[in-house]
Amino acid sequence: MKFLVRLRPFFFILLLLVLWQFAASGGHDHLFPTPVQVGAGLVELFSQGLLAKYIIASLFRVTWGFGLAVLTAIPAGLTIGWNRRLEMALNPLLQLLRPISPLAWIPISILWFGVGDMAAIFLIFLASFLPLTLTAISAVESIPPVFVNAGRNFGLGSWELVWRVLYPSVMPRLIIGIRITLGIAWLVVVAAEMIAVNSGLGFLIVDARNAGNRYDLVVAGMVTIGCIGLLLDTGMRSLEKIRSLRWTY
Amino acid sequence: MTGTKSGSAVSTHSATAARPTKLRASGINKTFSRDGVVTPVLENVNLEVGEGEFLCLLGPSGCGKSTLLNIMAGFLDPTAGTVTVDGKPVEGPDPRRIFVFQERGVFPWLTVEGNIGFGLFRLPKAERERRIAHYVQMVGLQGFEKAYPQELSGGMKQRVEVARALAVDPDMLFLDEPFGALDSITRLIMRRELLRIWQAERKTIIFVTHDIEEAVQLSDRVVVMSTRPATIQTIVEIDIPHPRDLSSARYLELRDGIFDQIGLAHKI
Repeated sequence: MKFLVRLRPFFFILLLLVLWQFAASGGHDHLFPTPVQVGAGLVELFSQGLLAKYIIASLFRVTWGFGLAVLTAIPAGLTIGWNRRLEMALNPLLQLLRPISPLAWIPISILWFGVGDMAAIFLIFLASFLPLTLTAISAVESIPPVFVNAGRNFGLGSWELVWRVLYPSVMPRLIIGIRITLGIAWLVVVAAEMIAVNSGLGFLIVDARNAGNRYDLVVAGMVTIGCIGLLLDTGMRSLEKIRSLRWTY
Repeated sequence: MTGTKSGSAVSTHSATAARPTKLRASGINKTFSRDGVVTPVLENVNLEVGEGEFLCLLGPSGCGKSTLLNIMAGFLDPTAGTVTVDGKPVEGPDPRRIFVFQERGVFPWLTVEGNIGFGLFRLPKAERERRIAHYVQMVGLQGFEKAYPQELSGGMKQRVEVARALAVDPDMLFLDEPFGALDSITRLIMRRELLRIWQAERKTIIFVTHDIEEAVQLSDRVVVMSTRPATIQTIVEIDIPHPRDLSSARYLELRDGIFDQIGLAHKI
């Protein structure tokens, strides 16, 4: 019984697929491919080895761009949030950069790095850096002063204070910020690959259209992007469930 | 047990004169300035606290008694004046003098054990575990060692914080309205617990409260503070031995005397 309840969303998706099949097969499949065509497209991509290759290419870029952003933006944000003066100095700049879409950086990144992995990685890095920095700043600023005072009272040195009070205090907010930003990075990689490189899932979509209007492959690419995005988010959510990180104040 | 009781009775009667001075605050002034407006909070506060004494700072909300406590604990610098402990000036917070916030100070990412052992990081593991077990038992939290604070009631969290403070074996405890957020029944139980612990461990305790009954039930002396800028209005010695009879004539007399003091302060 419980098993059936858990399967409900899948039954619903199945129902939608059937409806999609009927709607698209009535002579309109030049406007939107049917699920059967998309499935065939996925099989074709898989058997050519392109699907795995493109997924790995996209994940590779996200891993580097996002990973570098996590490693730099979080320490930067924590430092800025901890030093009130630094925050007052940098805040106008951060607020100015924030509304600029990462995609606006595409020409600059191609100019600097040429067409290739580096340009895409740079874009993903840019897209992740700012949201992560802002999350880290607000996470530090929302630490209740009692925690810091209690830590100092027990004789903690600066590094012990960072490791034993600051770090656990900011983790719950930070993890939520990291999860949301990973979603942004995954959105940006597709866009970046449409312009700056010739591999990856974003490239697959553009290429399938340019090389003979293969809309079945376009939608197959979209479905793959959606599935992997879902998996990434699920993975991040499981981090939020870790006991000592899940507390909130 | 009886030995402890009579001992405390003697010490409360003999009051402060017999005790060596633990903490001395002299000429404490504190002003806060915000947006160019300078607000005086404390004005020329002079206070001596004896070793092993239980002292209550009593005053209306916002009068500055918490500020005074924070200055004595080393979290705030006075605008003028000095605080010395054992004759040495206070230059910041110190593990020998632990501040107990309301239960808000319990670290929510640590278990009960983790919280109680928080200040014991310099001790070897075996000693650390022995102390954690001892204080878990002292505050009656056996069975909750692995529980996280969000699974505990307000009173239990408060006990975790008191145990965390006691575990580092401090000379002094600063308590800032520690039972203010608890319901009245839990508050009474916690007062009794605190008195029991104080009698067993003989710490010097400075306890901030706005509750007159609480001050008279707990302390050796009640320091009544005026409204802002706070000065010491009067110091009332509570010469009733523990356990205190809350319907005794002396208790009511002392309590009503303080009521009058506070009432006068309100009229001015």
